[in-house]
Amino acid sequence: MRPQISSASRKPILRSKGKGGKRRNPAWRFLLPSLLGTSIFILIPFGDVVRRSFTEAFSGAFVGIENYKTVFANEAFTLAMKNTLRFLFICIPLLLVSSLVLSLAVGRMGRAKRVFQASFLIPMAVPVVSVVLFWQLVFDRGGYLNQILSVFGAQPIDWMNEDTAFGVLVFCYLWKNIGYFVVLWLAGLGAIPKSYYEAARVDGANGWKCFRYITLPQLVPTLFMVTILAFVNSFKVFREAYLIAGDYPHESIYLLQHLFNNWFASLDVQKMSTAAVVLAVVISALICVLLLLERKIGSED
Amino acid sequence: MKRRILFLTLAAIGILFVMPLLVMLVASFMGVKELTATYGGVLGADKEGVSFVLLPRCPTLRAYIELLFDSPGFFVMFWNSCKQVFPVLAGQLLVAVPAAWAFGQYEFKGKKVLYFVYMILMIMPFQVTMVSSYLVLSKTELLDTHWAVILPGVFSAFPVFILTKFFKSVPRALMEAARVDGATDLQIFLRIGLPLGYPGILSVMILGFLEYWNAIEQPMTFLQDKELWPLSLYLPQITADKMSVSFVASVVMMVPAVLIFVFGQKYLEEGIAASGLKG
Repeated sequence: MRPQISSASRKPILRSKGKGGKRRNPAWRFLLPSLLGTSIFILIPFGDVVRRSFTEAFSGAFVGIENYKTVFANEAFTLAMKNTLRFLFICIPLLLVSSLVLSLAVGRMGRAKRVFQASFLIPMAVPVVSVVLFWQLVFDRGGYLNQILSVFGAQPIDWMNEDTAFGVLVFCYLWKNIGYFVVLWLAGLGAIPKSYYEAARVDGANGWKCFRYITLPQLVPTLFMVTILAFVNSFKVFREAYLIAGDYPHESIYLLQHLFNNWFASLDVQKMSTAAVVLAVVISALICVLLLLERKIGSED
Repeated sequence: MKRRILFLTLAAIGILFVMPLLVMLVASFMGVKELTATYGGVLGADKEGVSFVLLPRCPTLRAYIELLFDSPGFFVMFWNSCKQVFPVLAGQLLVAVPAAWAFGQYEFKGKKVLYFVYMILMIMPFQVTMVSSYLVLSKTELLDTHWAVILPGVFSAFPVFILTKFFKSVPRALMEAARVDGATDLQIFLRIGLPLGYPGILSVMILGFLEYWNAIEQPMTFLQDKELWPLSLYLPQITADKMSVSFVASVVMMVPAVLIFVFGQKYLEEGIAASGLKG
């Protein structure tokens, strides 16, 4: 019996007979509900969205890239695109570095590790709407932050209604996400074999050298997924922006998410379709760059 | 010495992270007068600035009682939240778990491409798919019903993506052995897959709960009728009307999520760690 099982585990014999004697893989039966739903709610209508981005609203006539010209000439769109990209390129590196530093520190804490981890992670559980009041208490003109700063003689600032709104948003994003990324890094750090460090110690390597030549290179495989997750979460910062500042916030934090909402309110399907296609293309391009980078770094090892 | 400085720094950061919760909790036990005196400057009363209070001077449950007995709107919205979150989770159990089982345990044609599609869908922000979902929901006349939030949530790619990583770690030899004993594919899934994959399923459920309990974008787009709004979106309207219950409402909204966090932290962390795994 035994050898049969082990040889079977390599080649899939997991086939049952479908109609007409044709062998059908049972995997499809497990996949079917998910595939069907995803096709109906996302994939097929997205095809329709692509079509709409090339047609006129009422007649449905093909207009080529006319919609794209309109969207790119739209000031709100360029502002939102610019702000969103700026947010991504500032927030993601900031989040990755600060959470890595914290995870290295937390990892050395022994018994207190769990407590620290929990206190960093709890913001991810708290609904945004529950802490919005607190952020208002902090960043209002008469709020905590200005009171603390006034001790040093600073003039009060209306944090949410000036260029500083961008900084507030970055702060909220870090507060909410750092714990999640500390856990991610700790998982990556835990996967590095201890023997590497022991060998390095024997060779007389110091802490920084261990970090530079063992920890960092070993974290590269983790880096790819971590960056992607940071990206995914960065779009959700709209929740904070919306709940603190509403539909039309200060222009430094007018993001693509606000733009979509406002176009949605006026039911401008053509513009929204076009912008959705542009966004999907830009994001796919970013992912491809990441994948290529990962391949390149991976092949150098 | 160095270690002690590191410890104190971490402790300070940790306190900073928990601070918002503590301040909200403290404020929820304040009476109206004390609330106005402490936070009135920000919450709209004619007063300058806020002050910092470590403990309420005369703690009272007044605000809690007012919220529980005198704010029918709060209950409706709390109930709306439940009506949207739990069906999403149930749907994900029925749809995402089997799909992840297929990705994790079977080989089939087009698996790599299909998995890549799921990954891309997971990465795409809500704004990319919102027009598509809107078009379908409006055609099927599901807009302005709870289904408008539930159905797109059920078919989210994220749980499939994470669970696949859990199911990949189930040794395939187990499935082969069961097959030799004459078990069908469905039996193997139910009797081996589910029991062995339950930590993964639990972590997906926890992550899902936290995500949809916090839903803003979906209900805002697909529900014009404010009667259907979940608490995560409606809360600011309650607090704008009644300053006295604003902190209590925020705290009560927070409680289920924090409880789930406390009891499910282990699974939550496993789920997060799994989301970082490659492939």
